[in-house]
Amino acid sequence: MTAPQPTTTSAPGLASSGTGRRRFSRLAPYLAVTPFLVYVTVFLLYPTLIVVAGAFTDDRNRPTVSTVRILTESVYLRAFARSIELSAVTAAVGAVLGALLAWAVWSGPRDGPLRRSVMAAAGVLAQFGGVTLAFAFIATVGLSGLVTVFVHDHLGIDLFTRGVWLFDMPGLLLVYTYFQIPLMVLVFLPALDGLRPQWREAVESLGGSGWEFWRYVAGPVLLPAFLGAALLLFANAFSAYATAAALISQGSPIVPLKIRGFLSSEVILGQQNLGKALGFGMIVVVAVVMTLYALLQRRAARWLR
Amino acid sequence: MTAPTPDVLVPTAAAGRRDAPATPRRHRPSAARRLVLGAFGVLFLLPLFAMLEFSTRGVGGRSFAAWRAIVQDPDLVSAITISLELAVLTVAGMLLLLVPVATWVHLRLPHLRRLIEFICLLPLTIPAIVLVVGIAPIYAWVTYLLGDSSLTLAFVYVILVLPYAYRAIDNGLGAIDLRTLAEAARSLGAGWPTVLARVVVPNISGALLSASFLSVALVLGEFTLASLLAFNNMQVTINLLGKRDAAVSVAVSLAALLLAFVLLLVLSYVGRRRGSSGVTEEG
Repeated sequence: MTAPQPTTTSAPGLASSGTGRRRFSRLAPYLAVTPFLVYVTVFLLYPTLIVVAGAFTDDRNRPTVSTVRILTESVYLRAFARSIELSAVTAAVGAVLGALLAWAVWSGPRDGPLRRSVMAAAGVLAQFGGVTLAFAFIATVGLSGLVTVFVHDHLGIDLFTRGVWLFDMPGLLLVYTYFQIPLMVLVFLPALDGLRPQWREAVESLGGSGWEFWRYVAGPVLLPAFLGAALLLFANAFSAYATAAALISQGSPIVPLKIRGFLSSEVILGQQNLGKALGFGMIVVVAVVMTLYALLQRRAARWLR
Repeated sequence: MTAPTPDVLVPTAAAGRRDAPATPRRHRPSAARRLVLGAFGVLFLLPLFAMLEFSTRGVGGRSFAAWRAIVQDPDLVSAITISLELAVLTVAGMLLLLVPVATWVHLRLPHLRRLIEFICLLPLTIPAIVLVVGIAPIYAWVTYLLGDSSLTLAFVYVILVLPYAYRAIDNGLGAIDLRTLAEAARSLGAGWPTVLARVVVPNISGALLSASFLSVALVLGEFTLASLLAFNNMQVTINLLGKRDAAVSVAVSLAALLLAFVLLLVLSYVGRRRGSSGVTEEG
């Protein structure tokens, strides 16, 4: 920032006196940022404040910790445990399988149509998802889905001997994994691109094998990126709502569906702010995960640039 | 809290920016690679194929009744229209709000950069389902002032697309010599609005396109806020329809997925063209 700032800025002639003019020119840039700040205050910061403050106030707007303490009741603890379990399992499976797919795409030509198609498809499945993916699986392994009918007619297997699992936790595990893998590809492929061919050549010139390259060079270099990506996947699954809402209309095993319950039904007296407390709990979990993610990203950036 | 920096979430834009010269890779393990690609291909295409099969079932054969019903169902048509209008409004709002701020932060207020970046990435830390809880009272005011049209959803959608759009625009601004361009324009007598509209915008048009496409994809797929604020959009209607006529729902879902795929594929080609022309200083 060594370039001299122009002292007179926009709208010459707007300010009449010399001092007024200087003050205007000092404040003018901030004026341009003001609409943005007002907008995000109204539609992002204030709503967040409502949730956080609501978690710590009672029905009569007095500060209290009793609402947050209700979260430690077993029914809510279990919802958080289930949410975390669902996110952790799908993040782990998604990270491993997604890394494998990312490797397969990465080892192909860089500007090829395959890579473009995979990236576009990954973008759609990872971020567009939601309700449409729920219907994809209803068409596949729903009660009259393609696979369900096929294995019943040709192999004599009934997929639903233990109940309709698609509309419960096992179904969420399946569909979440389906959108976690593409997200992993999106996140991990740039890290693979950061591997320099010179490193491989160095390993080879020293007599190392392909396995040794991955074990002693690429592996350690990629590890922070891999773990960071897994954390991002965790946050992604933890925050997801649409898929779960479309699949599960009765009951609410996970936290986002519990919040839906508070939004759409009558609120029990004295627990007006319980939905906000649940939301606050979610923010805390995601914030911790995203902070760890940012730290790991910084560590990963040491080599992969 | 440290601001998370997931520029990977803007896949195509980021990839375009960092395109290094293609490097030849030897020892390509092609058999294993093909096996992996094949397995994942089957795994991921199966549900999509199932959607096609499911939505074309007829009495004793294939039928495209469900696909025809997409354009015949007035609820669905109006919901799709609303989603498309929302996409346009969101993109317009996002560009108007973000382009001046991102430019300003690069040019004249560098000390605000971390703050703006933090704010823009904040929505990633606040799940949509939580944002609904906090924004419901604000929407009570919005509907009081502007009526209860579903198009008012665009206000909160702009927030939703902030992280992705900001990353794309910020990358675009970082890839051009903004300061020199702006000073050249200023020394020739251009006012700041002219600089913005006639110098900055044309130079980052690729980034703006990226940001817009990603926003469109996000808005077309949005369900959480629309559904819980009791508004109507394409996803909400698909979900409702699923309870009545699953085949039509599946047909629309597949059509929407394919549309989004084409959108992102086009974007990847646009991103590359722009990326390769303006990344010299990136190293």
